[in-house]
Amino acid sequence: MSAIGNIIEGLVAVLVVLGTVIILISTFGILRLPDVYTRAHAATKASTLGLLCILGGTFIHFLHTHQLISIRLLLVIFFVFLTAPVAGHMIIRAAHRASVPLASISARDALTEDFGVPADAPPDIPADAVPDKRPDGR
Amino acid sequence: MMGIVLPACMFGLTLSIAAMLYRMFHSESSMADRVLLLDSLSFILIGIVAILSIWLNSTAFFEAILLIGIIAFTSTIALSRFIERGVVIVRDREHH
Repeated sequence: MSAIGNIIEGLVAVLVVLGTVIILISTFGILRLPDVYTRAHAATKASTLGLLCILGGTFIHFLHTHQLISIRLLLVIFFVFLTAPVAGHMIIRAAHRASVPLASISARDALTEDFGVPADAPPDIPADAVPDKRPDGR
Repeated sequence: MMGIVLPACMFGLTLSIAAMLYRMFHSESSMADRVLLLDSLSFILIGIVAILSIWLNSTAFFEAILLIGIIAFTSTIALSRFIERGVVIVRDREHH
C-alpha cells in the first residue's frame, strides 16, 4: 500500500478510536452523574461528538478506498448533528414538566424560579396567566 | 492494523451499550431517564454499524444508518411528548 494510503488508514483508525473513547467517557458520565439533567449533559453532548468522529472516519475511508463521496453518509452526519440537541432538549423539558426531582446537591432550580410553571400546568399556558414572581419588575 | 482496531472499537461500543442497558433497567431510573438512554443507545448503534461497514468495506449499510437515525429521533420526540402531556398527537388543542 502506498504512503498516502497508510496515512489515510491511520487517520481513519485514530478517528474511530477517538469516537469510541468519547462514547465510553459519556457512558461513564451516564453511570456516575446524580440526576437526569446532568446525565442528559453527558449523554447528548459526548455521544454526538463521538458519533461524528466515527462517521467522519467512515466517510474518509470510503472517500479513499471507493473514491466515493457518499451523500447518504453526509446526510446522516447533518441529521445527527441537527436532531441530537433537539431531542435532548425535548426530553429534559418533558422531565422538568413531569417534575422529575433534581439531585439533592443542586443549589437552585432556575427554570422554576424564572417561569413559575407548576408541574401539572398545561403546556400552552399564556404568559399573563403565570403569576409574576419578581416584585422588582425585571 | 485496522483488523485489530475495528473489533476493539466495536467491543468498546458494545460494552457501552451493556452499561446503558444496566442503567436503563435500574430501579431508580425515571421514565425520562430511560428515554434519554434509548436516544443515546441508538447513537451508539449507528456507530457500531458504521464501524461494521468499514470492516466489511461495503456501502450497503448506509441506508440502515440513515433509518436508525430517523427512527431514533422520531421515537424520542414521540416518547417525550407522551411524558409531557400524556398524549402523542394532540387533536383538540383546547383540552390538552
